[in-house]
Amino acid sequence: MTTAVFPLFVAIPLGTAFLIPVVARRRKGLADGLANFATLALFAAGLAVMVLGTRGVYAIGGWRPPFGIVWSLDGLGILMLVIVNLVSFAATFFSIRYMEGYTGHAKYYSLFLLMVAGMNGVVITGDLFNLFVFLEIASFASYALVAFGCEHEELEASFKYLVLGSIGSTLVLFGIALIYGTTGYLTMASISEAIRGGGKPLVLVLATTFFFAGFGIKAALVPFHPWLPDAHPSAPAPISAMLSGVLIKALGIYALARVFFNVIGMDRLTSIVLVTVGGLSMTVGVLLAVGQWDLKRLLAYHSISQMGYVVLGVGFGGYLISTGGNAAAASLSILGGIFHLANHSVFKSLLFLCAGFIERATGTRQLKEMGGLFSRMPLTRAATTIAALSIAGVPPFNGFWSKLLIVFAAFQAGYLGLALMTIAVSFVTLISFLKVLRYAFLGSLPDALREVHESPPLMIVPLGLLAVLCIGMGLLLVPAVREVVLDPAVAALVNGGVYARTVLAAFAGE
Amino acid sequence: MIYSLCFVLFVIGLYCALTKKNTVKIVIGLSIMEYGVNLFFVLVGYRRRGGAPIIGKADSLTQFLSQAVDPLPQALVLTSIVIGLGVTALSLSLCIRLYEKYGTFDITEMRRLKG
Repeated sequence: MTTAVFPLFVAIPLGTAFLIPVVARRRKGLADGLANFATLALFAAGLAVMVLGTRGVYAIGGWRPPFGIVWSLDGLGILMLVIVNLVSFAATFFSIRYMEGYTGHAKYYSLFLLMVAGMNGVVITGDLFNLFVFLEIASFASYALVAFGCEHEELEASFKYLVLGSIGSTLVLFGIALIYGTTGYLTMASISEAIRGGGKPLVLVLATTFFFAGFGIKAALVPFHPWLPDAHPSAPAPISAMLSGVLIKALGIYALARVFFNVIGMDRLTSIVLVTVGGLSMTVGVLLAVGQWDLKRLLAYHSISQMGYVVLGVGFGGYLISTGGNAAAASLSILGGIFHLANHSVFKSLLFLCAGFIERATGTRQLKEMGGLFSRMPLTRAATTIAALSIAGVPPFNGFWSKLLIVFAAFQAGYLGLALMTIAVSFVTLISFLKVLRYAFLGSLPDALREVHESPPLMIVPLGLLAVLCIGMGLLLVPAVREVVLDPAVAALVNGGVYARTVLAAFAGE
Repeated sequence: MIYSLCFVLFVIGLYCALTKKNTVKIVIGLSIMEYGVNLFFVLVGYRRRGGAPIIGKADSLTQFLSQAVDPLPQALVLTSIVIGLGVTALSLSLCIRLYEKYGTFDITEMRRLKG
């Protein structure tokens, strides 16, 4: 496959997003069909690109860098692309029945696909300003989707999210302006080459700070997190799954990792900040989650905590690389971080879809008002249990392996405190999910919930898909599979400078 | 010097967005932040007594490069202004919906979400 397929990842969702309101405004079935077809096609294309190992660079309009915009995919980009499109397919499939209670399906799918287009664009682009534009497309669609129900809570959450999100985007734009003013480039590869040549002037430090705060807000890392526990639960369930499952990763973590590792370059101070913030998110998130009684809010706090794991893993790897520490532990730590990112998007979207089921069936999100649902909803219970055990890191589910890798890496590098903290947080996570399972599914069935019944079979399909992935994703660590899926992604971050050289080498002969 | 004035404008906007209680004022603060960044971006490409970046047949390339302003930031700022317009429109429509629901523009009275 040539790199000419890259534009499809943005063109398909963008085209369908505008097609649906035109042709399917009055026909819900057509809107469902089109949206599902688009996300399925994207997922298939992502898998094909990964399996065939299509790498490389696509210059838009034939303008080579640094003059034009280039789009490029490396191991990390491909992994993100597959995750994003997998979760969006599961979410659109789930939406078919779930969104029956809402009006405006055409608008819903339109915004949904715009969000997907934005995320795919962020992942695939190799141009800093282009990244900002896609970042805004995705955030913008998500602001509107959070407010989709148009009730008190939803509007309030959306406004909060919009204000913080816009501040984040503006900070990112300021960072881009500073970088452009210093280097005169917008292509990430050219910037990276220009920066690596010289030292680190003050302007770059300022730009790094802006990027950190901007992407940190999008990723809801701890000092920037207050919008997330409001925004994620307020959205409809498939959107919560998308926001927690992939949006904070594509716009926050991925962009942060790409800019810090491949463009500006990791140094000791940046990586220490990343490790600190990661550790802080991990502990604060989980401690806030334990006391929650609102099911979706509890899940949202766990997203903050699990994002802490990812940032900790990746940041710790960066720390070891930049200080010349144990190289094997560094790759192991980054592998753990990236693998946890992939795992989290699967089990967290599964948890949010299950929570959507439960909310729809019982009409409440309060754990105290539930109970005894195991007899009424056996399939949902099975899926929730699998996802809960995955997020808590119980073997053999996927979350266990990625957390194990991070703990191993910390041990290997001799940072016992970090390893113990990771284990402790994992333990608290387990407690909090035992609470969920206990209050929602065990105990006696309240009289109000006598009539509750399992959701329609069509909605079970995406749950089954994600649950199977939760059980099976540990297999990604089998060496033969790992070489295709995870190792290229790790290599992209470990050898930060290779990205720039690869992109520029593609055009060197012209 | 003039760059730092942009930064001051940016900080004023940030202060306004973070401390004001009226939702519309918060939106105004966001816009001021945007303008600060946009101005900064345009200034990056500015050149004193520079010419329009249009190359004629008679001009030599070196002369053109020494005189023309950088056109790229202007294109970027145009894009960013359009995005800013979208954000402002969406946030103001949210303000209106919030006013319909709560009967106030004061965010301290919109407190259904907590924890």
